[in-house]
Amino acid sequence: MLPARKGKNRMRRGEFGAEVRHHDGTGIIDLYGEIDLAADGPLGAAYDEAVRGDPKGVVLNFAHVDYINSTGIALIVGLLARARKEGRAVGAYGLSDHYREIFAITSLSDFIGIYRDEDSAVVGAGVPAEGGQR
Amino acid sequence: MTTIPSSLRRALRREQRAPVTEPVAAQPGRFEAPPVEIAPNDPLIAYFSGTTGAVDLDSLQLDSQALVGLREAGVRLVVPLVSQGDLIGLLNLGARRSEQEYSADDRKLLYDLAGHAAPAVRVAQLVREQQAEIRQRERIEQELRVAQLIQQQFLPRELPDLPGWQVAAFYRPAREVGGDFYDFIELPGGLVGIVVGDVTDKGVPAALVMATTHSVLRAEAPRLVAPSEVLTRANELLVAEMPAHMFVTCLYAVLDPETGKLRFANAGHNVPYVSHEGAVTELRATGMPLGLMPDMRYEEKEAVLASGATMLLHSDGLAEAHGPDREMFGFPRVAALTGAVAGGEALIDRLLKELSEFTGAGWEQEDDITLVTLECRSVRPAVTGNPRRLLTEFEVASEPGNERLAIDRVAAAVGDLGLTGPQMERLATAVGEATMNAIEHGNNNRPELPVGVRVVADDADLRVLITDQGGGQEALPEVEVPDLDAKLAGLQTPRGWGLFLIKNMVDELHTSIDERHHVIELVVHLNREPGSGADAPGEKGEEPDAPR
Repeated sequence: MLPARKGKNRMRRGEFGAEVRHHDGTGIIDLYGEIDLAADGPLGAAYDEAVRGDPKGVVLNFAHVDYINSTGIALIVGLLARARKEGRAVGAYGLSDHYREIFAITSLSDFIGIYRDEDSAVVGAGVPAEGGQR
Repeated sequence: MTTIPSSLRRALRREQRAPVTEPVAAQPGRFEAPPVEIAPNDPLIAYFSGTTGAVDLDSLQLDSQALVGLREAGVRLVVPLVSQGDLIGLLNLGARRSEQEYSADDRKLLYDLAGHAAPAVRVAQLVREQQAEIRQRERIEQELRVAQLIQQQFLPRELPDLPGWQVAAFYRPAREVGGDFYDFIELPGGLVGIVVGDVTDKGVPAALVMATTHSVLRAEAPRLVAPSEVLTRANELLVAEMPAHMFVTCLYAVLDPETGKLRFANAGHNVPYVSHEGAVTELRATGMPLGLMPDMRYEEKEAVLASGATMLLHSDGLAEAHGPDREMFGFPRVAALTGAVAGGEALIDRLLKELSEFTGAGWEQEDDITLVTLECRSVRPAVTGNPRRLLTEFEVASEPGNERLAIDRVAAAVGDLGLTGPQMERLATAVGEATMNAIEHGNNNRPELPVGVRVVADDADLRVLITDQGGGQEALPEVEVPDLDAKLAGLQTPRGWGLFLIKNMVDELHTSIDERHHVIELVVHLNREPGSGADAPGEKGEEPDAPR
């Protein structure tokens, strides 16, 4: 579990947190709080944990995220670049309408499958990304 | 002894002016001739000018008032003091104490004495005249210094900082100091009063009238605002105080920096020029100078300074400067140059360069020169009858995370505008990104540098202006679409989304820069959904399109 703070209820407003689970061969990262510069280290560490066991895909759960700024977008881009290099698909669910709009504007949704819930995301993320280099 | 100063001697040679005589230094118990007036045309002057040696006054037969005066004063013998051929004084002697006549030896002695004394007296005269000239020069210089001091005291120490505008000013007093002045007055509602004026006359009196006018305008402008009323009131106050033969020309304008709307009235000052896209217009409004006559009324006009427009306010010192052949620089030339040069500072530089070439080397400036320019870099068009409200204005320190403070305060301030949920979220993202940009790039994360946030709204638009202290550098970059493919391939940094996000979150994005600040202006059109943001995509079901 990364970082030590876990769960939305334990977090102060704004603090980023991430929990990692594995389900059906997919690494699931539950994200909390704000995704900004402070999320840099914890998000990377969460990804490391999520890909332990070499899953085909990684799913990001945004249901408990209340703020993503441009630095957060850059972190997600970095995470996505790393997953693509490793040939892993990345899916996401729980995005608010606003952040779905931002994912569309930034074209992130061209590379990250956006799903309505965890089950569909896990199924979707099982599809290997194009150009994977595993 | 009577001395005749060189100024008198020169005067006597040129014209007939009243001479001045001086008493012989008093010595107790000795003869002392009281001062005797010698008129310049008195024949005694001519007589002594052509005489050497001691002269018995009793032997003189001249129709001379001075002669009568000298005799009445008890003078018996006069020895002319001549230096280099000029009569510079008279050595006046009373009767000998022995009551005997002056002997030939006495006269010889006096003649020799006069020959030796004259050059010394002449030197003393020159020293005294020089000292008097120095004192006079010092007095004039002192007066000039006082006038300059008064005048400079009332010139603005710094120019107003108007987002979206570049304000520039140039002021150069003539040696004798005219009565030019200019001023910027902060007015209610974010308006700015702009004053350019000129007091007739020079020196301390003009400076004092300028100071009075300055104070009157400063006192009345915030209260009355309307330019015609301000000038009417200033005239009422000044006409009672104005010294004879003095008056003040003055242009007073009120600018709304956010819309470019300008209201102005003119008390006989030079007409301002506005250049826009190469065309020059004159801002004419009629009115008499201040302080001439009571009960004056001033016409008030309105103009709009659009983005790209530059207004020039100027005093006589420029247009009425003369070249070596006495030709005047002229208002048409000033107007033409205003249209030929883009930008306020560039215009001032060009005008001064042209003036320098026109007047040539060694030109002594005839009058004060004052130039004030307002260059409009970014405003939205003025909308008549649509009052704008200031919803909030605050600053945050340049520390990471403070963009959230800005978001919260803006969100609280716009709560009554009826924005939809998505509009609020887009605005929050735009405000956060613009504030972050200001903190990181404009203020380089220096906590002591504030980021200013100003939120205004009218019926049509909500506007958020975010200002940092990073002016005077390169302008904000053009907003480009980030290349996600290149970022994912590791060919570009994953960062660089800020301005792109902002642009897509609001209906209009304007940026401007001046010497000290960057300004990002976010505009949200009210009463309808913004059209620039992409529609939110639908969620994918269990079988989404495969991502790329």
